[in-house]
Amino acid sequence: MTMSTPPTIRLNVNQQIHEVCADAQTPLLYVLRNDLKLKGTKFGCGLGQCGACNVLIDGRVTQSCNTPLWDCENKEILTIESFASPEGEFNSLQKAFEEEQAIQCGYCVSGVLISAQALLNKKPNPSDDEIFTALDGNLCRCGTHIRFIRAIKKVIAQGKKSI
Amino acid sequence: MSSVLKFPPTLKNNSLLSRWVNFDQEGVVVLRTGKVELGQGILTAIAQMGAEELDICMSRVRILPVRTPISPSEASTTGSRSIQEGGEAMRFACAEVKAIFLSAASKLWGVPAEAIQIKNGSFLVPNKPELTALSYWSLKDQVSLEVHASGKVQPKHYTQYRVVGRSEQRLDLKAKITGAAFLHDIELPGMLHARMVRPPSFHARLLFVDKAPTLAMHGIIKVLHQASLLGVIAEREEIAIQAAELLSKSCTWSQTECLPDENDLGNYLRQQSSDKEVLSEVKSEIKSSTQDRTISSFYTRPYLSHASIGPSCALAWWREDALEVWSHSQSIYALRDEIAKLLDLPKEFVIANHADGSGCYGHNGADDVTFDAALLAECVKGTPVRVQWMREEEFNWSPMGPAMALKINARVSSEGRVLEWDQQIWGNRHISRPGRRPEPGLLSAWLRDESLKPPPPVDMPIEMGGGSQRNAVPYYEFPNKYVLNHATLTTPIRSSALRSLGAYLNVFSIESFMDELAWEVGVDPVSFRISHLSDPRAVAVIESVVAKAKWSPGQNMPDSEGIGIAFARYKNIGNYAAVIAHVVVSEFVKVKKIYASIDCGCVINPDGVINQCEGGIIQVLSWCLKEKLNFDRTQITTKNWENYPILRFSEVPLIDIELINRPECESLGVGEGVTGPTAAAVANAIFNVLKVRVRDLPMNQENILKAINSSSSIA
Repeated sequence: MTMSTPPTIRLNVNQQIHEVCADAQTPLLYVLRNDLKLKGTKFGCGLGQCGACNVLIDGRVTQSCNTPLWDCENKEILTIESFASPEGEFNSLQKAFEEEQAIQCGYCVSGVLISAQALLNKKPNPSDDEIFTALDGNLCRCGTHIRFIRAIKKVIAQGKKSI
Repeated sequence: MSSVLKFPPTLKNNSLLSRWVNFDQEGVVVLRTGKVELGQGILTAIAQMGAEELDICMSRVRILPVRTPISPSEASTTGSRSIQEGGEAMRFACAEVKAIFLSAASKLWGVPAEAIQIKNGSFLVPNKPELTALSYWSLKDQVSLEVHASGKVQPKHYTQYRVVGRSEQRLDLKAKITGAAFLHDIELPGMLHARMVRPPSFHARLLFVDKAPTLAMHGIIKVLHQASLLGVIAEREEIAIQAAELLSKSCTWSQTECLPDENDLGNYLRQQSSDKEVLSEVKSEIKSSTQDRTISSFYTRPYLSHASIGPSCALAWWREDALEVWSHSQSIYALRDEIAKLLDLPKEFVIANHADGSGCYGHNGADDVTFDAALLAECVKGTPVRVQWMREEEFNWSPMGPAMALKINARVSSEGRVLEWDQQIWGNRHISRPGRRPEPGLLSAWLRDESLKPPPPVDMPIEMGGGSQRNAVPYYEFPNKYVLNHATLTTPIRSSALRSLGAYLNVFSIESFMDELAWEVGVDPVSFRISHLSDPRAVAVIESVVAKAKWSPGQNMPDSEGIGIAFARYKNIGNYAAVIAHVVVSEFVKVKKIYASIDCGCVINPDGVINQCEGGIIQVLSWCLKEKLNFDRTQITTKNWENYPILRFSEVPLIDIELINRPECESLGVGEGVTGPTAAAVANAIFNVLKVRVRDLPMNQENILKAINSSSSIA
């Protein structure tokens, strides 16, 4: 079967413009991972149920596994790779995760960091219930939840805003 | 710590010291272990044990993932044995390496080895600053580590520990909170992407497939088709997914109804033919009294999914000189051997590398997907292939933690002494990992060659921790104790090791029943347990958790709240765990707080132990409150997280853990010990509120209502 070459789509990812040659229906996840080599965003379910593929699009938590490329044009996409500075210095949330040793396997952690950062950007001093609501779309199988929450509360207590 | 040296078996089997330690890189010691990181923090703990013996700070230690041709082979990373096996081997190996270097320094300096101190890898003799500086790195060309361990060098006494016993940071953390750190993220040159197409059910067979539409798709490289095995290889990952969906629609399968009723597993298991195995038979003469009470209870657990967040993934690259695979398997050597055997290759031709995966908690799809990758790579020799399972595949094709049923009859005196304990267990054996049977244990081996059948699972001998029989024998002293295992011979749902194996239901049942007995005779459940224990460490964890939770008999609480306690010693030879659960019962059960006290002997990394226990507690709360694999008579119907809910952030309780460190004792692994006690403590807390025993897992609304109805109908 012959097919025309896929169109070029311009994406603004981590404050850089990328031109990607892929079908407009392609879920953003695969373009981030395989074209842009930003592998911090993970495939978990492909159904938007687990949060492993979370990214920020125009500041909102978005599941990249079921967001087509055509819906990403002219929007600002941020992935976990944008959190640390170019020199590798962690942002406040990452620092707190490090201090609290908030990982076990760590597969879900970039999605959790994205959800937590979105919450803190919007509301620097959220209640416990607001934290739970913000994270309830993220699944963690290892049971690292209480460490994640402890780390997030640490950032809140420091009164710092990251990114 | 025993004064008689125990040569660690995996060091004895891999005795060349250069396999374990090298100083090739200036200022850095490189360690190789045969154990693998699963998210449990084991590489950090083993690195600590090595650093301790070498007198080197952790910042100078690199510990490498397993690569089969060069790493020490330490079998599988299972059963909470990695500290005892891999850690001990590393400790002894590093102690021998240090002795070799000390002897070289002693000759050069002309001072006795005992006079030399090592500080972060540098050698010095106090009060002799005039000696030329020496270090592991300056001495490395003057010593040879191409020598065999003797097993005769005494590692440090615990009183000298400086690195062991400290909460060192996880070595893998930084990479994991910044981006790519997993097998899933490895990029090989020119790598292609693949997906498998699976039958609708385990025993389905392919009748017909039309590959033409799939092959006509843009970007498709190959379709793999052998008997009922199908897969697609594409240039791009999303194309591979689309192609697999299309190919799946182009298949016609035969299917048979061969699954049991998912709601009647207890009866189903009891009706199956089985191997019978007496696990305990203690007999004494006892006087009976008309005041004695005899009670009987029956417990069940459903099939459980490992439910890793990241579906299993592997890479393979078939080159002229080697078939190289990357896997997150827990049995990396056995997997290498089995792939070689199935593909009729010399073992040495297959190189298996471990890379970190998504938490597996047992035998999930990690091994199977690696064989898939090898088969796919065979279709495109010279080009590397990455394959990841889809969510539904992980739920339907990775092995499940098997269903079980358990019955206990006991007689207890009015004074609160258990006089007779008679227990029976039903369910298939628990371990189907590759390499445990002569027949292949890898999924695609059976799909591509229908003359091969999945071998039945095995158990370890109970002395080594068992499988279905794990923790089946109560740790309590009873004058009459009979435990019989019916290892059923049918395996209707593919099953294998899930965190703690049989201990989950065995401990849940024993500890629920101990609570029931205590209630029957009106004795406080804490003193009832303690009065049947002779091991002071068991008593100590119970007393510790009781003090922590400020437990007191008849404690006043709101009507909707209750507490429950449970205890187990993992495998009856491992760590000690006592747990108190505080629950609130309304429409659902909400666990408000969990208290736990843990004794795992000499603690290597306190924060690592706490992290493992927190994780174990939360995972088992998810199992025991929510999880159950669903299937109809033909196929598994659990397909995604909507059908298989797990505990969410808003449902996670506060957790307070006390570690009882015993540096003078052997270190005991800690990954699995809390599972049984946590589930039982919750059941006992629910009883504390409702006065109803929930004996069928999970303790969801449906099973609680069933328990309420059956208890009121008996009354």
